[in-house]
Amino acid sequence: MKDILLHINKTFDHRIRLGIMSALVVNDAVDFKSLKELLGVTDGNLASHLKALEKEEFILVQKQFIGRKPNTKYSATSTGKEAFKKHIEALEQIIKSSQL
Amino acid sequence: MNTENYLKDITEIKSIMNRSTKFLSLSGMSGILAGIYALIGAFAGNALIKQYISDFSIYRYENVYLLRIKLILVAAAVLVLSITTGFILTYKKAKKNKEAIWNSLTKKLLIDFCVPLFTGGIFCVILMIKKYYGIIAPATLIFYGVALFSASKYTLGTIKYLGISEIILGLISLFFIGYGITFWAIGFGILHILYGIIFYYQHDRN
Repeated sequence: MKDILLHINKTFDHRIRLGIMSALVVNDAVDFKSLKELLGVTDGNLASHLKALEKEEFILVQKQFIGRKPNTKYSATSTGKEAFKKHIEALEQIIKSSQL
Repeated sequence: MNTENYLKDITEIKSIMNRSTKFLSLSGMSGILAGIYALIGAFAGNALIKQYISDFSIYRYENVYLLRIKLILVAAAVLVLSITTGFILTYKKAKKNKEAIWNSLTKKLLIDFCVPLFTGGIFCVILMIKKYYGIIAPATLIFYGVALFSASKYTLGTIKYLGISEIILGLISLFFIGYGITFWAIGFGILHILYGIIFYYQHDRN
């Protein structure tokens, strides 16, 4: 059991961060507005969680302009994808072992 | 955190992955209605052709142009009605699901649908100019099928198979030139109703 818990990543220990990563691993890139709509959170809340993931280098931030509007796109880095995969595997292990 | 919370996490992850890659608010009912419009259109078209065939007057030669225009008008009416119905029902469902109808996902879906469709549309206009009337019906079915198939990666379940069915039907119809209306009735009418019903039972009811 302890072994499994080792892979539970503290950075993902929050619903919103988990949500951000879920969206980013299945899409090439997602912009801020889409993430906000998808997760149903406020700007500030989303931004702070994105910052945390960025700090861990799990996500990549690309700022650009579409016309005059600033547009920020996020994508998962390979480190992020790997960590997320391990985290999900750990979740599955825990669920499985508790069902035995 | 206990196991129940982890289970909730997994469910949430799955739901977000689905919602961020697939547009879930397409309506099966709009498929069924589009099919019904197409069948009515096919009957109307058939009646127009029968009327033309039984016409032995000296105006027969001129009337063929009139017939062609009438048939195009019937097809256009079916198309406009289907698109309008589809849009209204999808809009309603999206509102109910609280899903955005215009975001990067639906943009991608529309592009993947429209590129093959407009290619087909231009292709058919050229066929018409070149007077290759016989292969217009097969071409519309094939390109429509390709359009559905190409957009289906952003949709749920049955759209992909509807696309494949339209492609196969279009290819078969190439062997039966001159039966365009019959194949249109099958492809745009019966197949839409059939897949619309399946889609309705799988995704609309709840």
